[in-house]
Amino acid sequence: MSKPKFAMYWAASCGGCEIAVLNIHEKILDVDAAFDVVFWPVAMDAKYKDVEAMQDGEITLCLFNGGMRNDENEHIAKLLRRKSKIMVAFGSCACEGCIPGLANFSSITDMVDTAFTTITTDNPDNIRPVISYAMPEGTITIPTLNPILKTLDQVVDVDYYMPGCPPESHQIAAVVDLVIAALNGKAELPPKGATIGAGNSTVCDECTRKRNVKTIKEFRRIQFTTTDPELCLLEQGIPCNGVATRSGCNARCPSAGAQCIGCYGPAEGVVDYGARLVSAFASVIDSDSPEEIDRILDGLVDPAGQFYRFNLAGSLLRASKLAQKG
Amino acid sequence: MTEETKPFEPVIIGFTCNWCSYRAADLAGTARMKYAPNVRLIRLMCSGRLDPTFVFKAFAGGADAVLVSGCHPGDCHYATQNYKAMRRFHLMTRVLTQMGIEPGRLKLLWASAAEGQIFANAITKFVEEVRLLGPLNWNTTGVNIPAEVAKEEVTV
Repeated sequence: MSKPKFAMYWAASCGGCEIAVLNIHEKILDVDAAFDVVFWPVAMDAKYKDVEAMQDGEITLCLFNGGMRNDENEHIAKLLRRKSKIMVAFGSCACEGCIPGLANFSSITDMVDTAFTTITTDNPDNIRPVISYAMPEGTITIPTLNPILKTLDQVVDVDYYMPGCPPESHQIAAVVDLVIAALNGKAELPPKGATIGAGNSTVCDECTRKRNVKTIKEFRRIQFTTTDPELCLLEQGIPCNGVATRSGCNARCPSAGAQCIGCYGPAEGVVDYGARLVSAFASVIDSDSPEEIDRILDGLVDPAGQFYRFNLAGSLLRASKLAQKG
Repeated sequence: MTEETKPFEPVIIGFTCNWCSYRAADLAGTARMKYAPNVRLIRLMCSGRLDPTFVFKAFAGGADAVLVSGCHPGDCHYATQNYKAMRRFHLMTRVLTQMGIEPGRLKLLWASAAEGQIFANAITKFVEEVRLLGPLNWNTTGVNIPAEVAKEEVTV
């Protein structure tokens, strides 16, 4: 009997998710033993036409990472959806837009300008990409950018969500074990639409720092201050996103002395991640005077960036007015 | 009038508290005070109940402006929760500004149960201010508002 088929794809992402998959170490051998890897551009040579030639639903498990930045991303997402039984939005980019989704704060023109003209780019002739270019051998094209970055489930139907930037390797290993067990009839897959490879609570629940009643007179940036290693970071005025963020990472950042930046996405039941953080941060401000509240809030240099670092494309508002105008 | 010549009528979602601002609206109604009909009021038990998600969803769902209204500072039925609403209002305004939603589209209004006239006048004034700002037309094409919050979609 032939083995079930496995595919992994990257759309608008950094490649960290692929590294995280390889970080499951020798368990990757279990993946190889249980699955026939048919399509994984970062690890093997396969062509889009190979996928196109497959039967619908022929791929058993597809881990799809990356957001929908251009029409190629969307085309492959739709193709892999058709060919896959289980489509997993793998990692923060596919689930909620992640760092590439921050471009949804800017117009597409500003985004391209930043990529091709700013100081980190050596481009003295101001060469810009063109969608279609006529060569002697024929016309060549590159994919067209979407005006705003979309999440995977804004384009295709998604079976499971696996959050994290990137997902923790022990969580990936657990999911691999679960899927293999389910294929052998030894376990049940969770209901469609479930978040897998993560907890159902918040990062605060996993955090070992001491917590008291939170009252804040000042927000401070962690790079300009020293913090108490035992005490809750938010209580010390460090904007820590743990209160709204899904558990599953064992509170790695707060344990290491850094604030949670929210890469595991919204906790169970949170509709809009940023709105939940607005609620939480505003509630702990220790002032009843509008002037003092404003002064305290000045300590949050970039509130929208702080609250939507990973979640802008997946939020209720999705993209700024500037980005919507194109 | 044809569609083109009709003046722009803003859609405003108003959140009021059970004890003061909703009573003010009620008083304005029973006293037959005239004010702009553009605000759709939603009664909460307290302005402190206002989850910023409600405000963001209203904008994403097509509202041109949102009004948050509660008891005067010091008068909250639940002691201090209207101060929480005030802090959230300040932080929401900052986030919304970064998203390109003008601060003038989110208003905080204190009104006691006796202030029907003040409430009515403030709403009429707010509607005129929003009319000057023009339609927000938030592009929600393809936005996946989760099923549990999309049951009662905002319709114009």
